[in-house]
This record gives sequence, C-alpha cells and structure tokens, in this order.
Amino acid sequence: MKKVYPDADAALEGLLFDGMHIAAGGFGLSGIPELLIDALVRSGVKDLTIASNNCGVDGFGLGKLLDTKQIKKMQSSYVGENAEFMRQYLSGELELEFNPQGTLAERMRAGGAGIPGFYTKTGVGTVIAEGKEVKQFGGEDYILEEGIFADLSIVKAWKADDTGNLIFRKTARNFNPPAAMCGKVCVAEVEEIVPRGSIDPDHIHLPGIYVHRIIQGPHEKRIEQRTTRKREEA
Amino acid sequence: MAGWDRNQMAARAAEELEDGMYVNLGIGIPTLVANYVGDKDITLQSENGMLGMGPFPYEGEEDPDLINAGKQTITELSRTSYFDSATSFGMIRGGKIAAAILGAMEVAENGDLANWMIPGKLIKGMGGAMDLVAGVGRVVVVMDHTNKHGESKVLKECTLPLTGRGVVDRIITNLGVLDVVPGGLKIVELADGVTEEEFRAATEATLV
Repeated sequence: MKKVYPDADAALEGLLFDGMHIAAGGFGLSGIPELLIDALVRSGVKDLTIASNNCGVDGFGLGKLLDTKQIKKMQSSYVGENAEFMRQYLSGELELEFNPQGTLAERMRAGGAGIPGFYTKTGVGTVIAEGKEVKQFGGEDYILEEGIFADLSIVKAWKADDTGNLIFRKTARNFNPPAAMCGKVCVAEVEEIVPRGSIDPDHIHLPGIYVHRIIQGPHEKRIEQRTTRKREEA
Repeated sequence: MAGWDRNQMAARAAEELEDGMYVNLGIGIPTLVANYVGDKDITLQSENGMLGMGPFPYEGEEDPDLINAGKQTITELSRTSYFDSATSFGMIRGGKIAAAILGAMEVAENGDLANWMIPGKLIKGMGGAMDLVAGVGRVVVVMDHTNKHGESKVLKECTLPLTGRGVVDRIITNLGVLDVVPGGLKIVELADGVTEEEFRAATEATLV
C-alpha cells in the first residue's frame, strides 16, 4: 500500500466528515501539523471535536479553524494564547473540555493502546474529578479517565520513510506520538521523506504501523516566544 | 518590613534542591531558580518532553523545535534527552521527578493549592500543573505573601478552584518560609528584616 501522497488535500481525501473527532499533535506552535490544518480549513469540514493540548494562536495553527468556526469542541490543557478562543468560549459557541496535560497525553496513549480507561491521581479533589468514578488503591483516591479513540490523527514529524516510520526532532515530538496512536487513521506531515533503509531501525521514534498517509512539505514553524541571551553573558 | 525580592525568593528556593535531583520549575519566579543552583548537579525537566533544559539561545540561534513549557526558545545540554508527552507525564505521575517549584494564586493551611483559574476572569487552563502536584516527590510554592490589595494569599481555605488537594509541602514567600504540618503552617524562616509579628499579621492561615 502506497502511503506517500502529493499534498495535504489529497492525503485527507475520503477521511473527513462533519462532527468527526480529530487528535492533533503539537505543543504551543511547536510540532503542529500546520499543512494538514490548512487543508482542514479548505475542506470546510465542520462541527469538529479536536483533542489537542493547545488551540494555536489567533490566525495560526488550530486558531485558523476557530476563525472559520469549524470547531465545535476542544479537549485541551491550555488555551491562554488565543483571544478568538476566549470570545467563542465565553459566548457559548465553543465547548471546552479541560484536561490536565498528562491526563490528555495518557488518554491518547491509552486509546492507541486499546485501553478504554485508567485511574490517575491527577485532578483528585478538583473540578476535573467531578462526575468521574473514584477508586481507592493502597488507601489513596484515584479517578477514572477514559482513553481517546479519534476518527483521525494529524501529526507533524521531522522525517519519514515511505513506510511511515517517523523521527521527530527535539521538543517538537511532544504530543505527536500519542496523538498518532489514538486515531483510526493517521496522516503525518514531515519535513523530509527519506529513502527506505536510510533510518537506523533502532532510531525510529514511531513505527510506521501507526501512520497511514504521509506528505512532505515546507513548514513555516513559527516561534511563539522568542527568548535569547546576549553573547557577553557567556 | 523589608522582605525578599523576586531574585532573593528564587535564591532561597534554590536551597531546596539537592545534588542529583530531577526538578521541574514552573513559570515566573520559579524559572529564576535555575540561576541560583550553583555547583549542584540538577537536571531540569520541561514537561513538553525534555530532561536537561539549557539556557536561552544566543540571538540568531533560536530553534522552533526547541522550546520549554512556557513556549520560550531554549537550548539543550550534553545530558539532554527528548521524549513524547505521554512519557514525560509518566515520569511526573510515576514519582520520578524529585521536586516541583511552582507559583500560586492561593495556598491553604492544609496544603491545598490554587494556581490555574479565576472563575469569570482567567480561563487559560491548568496545563501540566495538576499532574505535577499529584505526582512529584515534593511541591514547593514560591509566591508573594499577599495580593495587590494587601490580602493574604496564605489562607485557611482556598477560595479559587483547586489545582490539587493537600499537595503543598513548603511555601516560600517574600516574607519567609512555611511548612505544611498537621494542624496548620509552621514558620521555618523569616525573610530579611521581617519580624514574626509582621509575618503573622500578613498571614490568614493558622500558624502552629
């Protein structure tokens, strides 16, 4: 089966439907699937539920899907970088399910590993625990969290081979592996598709079994907070 | 009443760290703690997927693929390792991180912490804070003792939505250091120029 597609629109063809659940990789603007997000905007698919740690910024990343009102609900841990998000949320146009960051990552990982639920200490005694089953282990309270099973995963990696084996780069890895694992279909965008055999099998971060379609493209890779030090401080 | 400034609070918080520790530093004053670890062998975790966080890059060397949990550009060190978010919070939840030093809006005398939400005003999200306070070995809060209206942030009970229940071990403020103990808070240390009377007057929580 050929996994390499010519562009993001072609790679999403036949996968999209209104009301679908999408898991997206990325942390802040680092390692986000920016080409696939642009293609989602062009597709016009709507009423999306998106599991993603953040929701981009105004006008970039998942923020573009807010501008076009294609998102119905976000499952996120932090959405503070986005004025349009706040506006839609406060006006009731957008649903928000806050997840502690580690709980969100584990929900994706669990979904991808066929685990429908797990117990965690995170959020015990807070609003996050409301309505969730509490169970004691060793005298301590844990809450039940459910695995995420998405219709589609969209992720960004550094390199892929044509079988979908992926390598990520530095902290751009973040949510991409667990997001990739939890979808029925995973589309990955990469900076470079390299020949089969050119990646050391011991150095593959995510095996190609999780990746169904691949595109290569130029990425803007915007920096959210540019912080530097002066040379004389060295 | 003098007390400590931001840098002095960070320097005092750095004394909490011991050689060999893996540590997570929150945003704000906690970030400054890294400037005061001296010769101690401390490995900083960034919960977006990195152990061994280095300083900010030189101008022109910023890498969009290398950021910290505050989304700031940073650098790597010779000891650095990278991993995905599920692995990162696995080490947090699994108790592998020795300590977290975090900011706070309110702390209560039973160790309750509120630092993520002001209903109706600030709705940004908890990020990794709930996971950190539930999982790490020791939670140290660094914050101003009072808010901008002069009201105590060290309370009998938190008024804001909690980040964690009974999770704080030690509080370092501009006025001194407190430990969470059975029955309330115990004064461990007073900041420079602060009397115990002044400290008590600025504190709503029960001091034992």
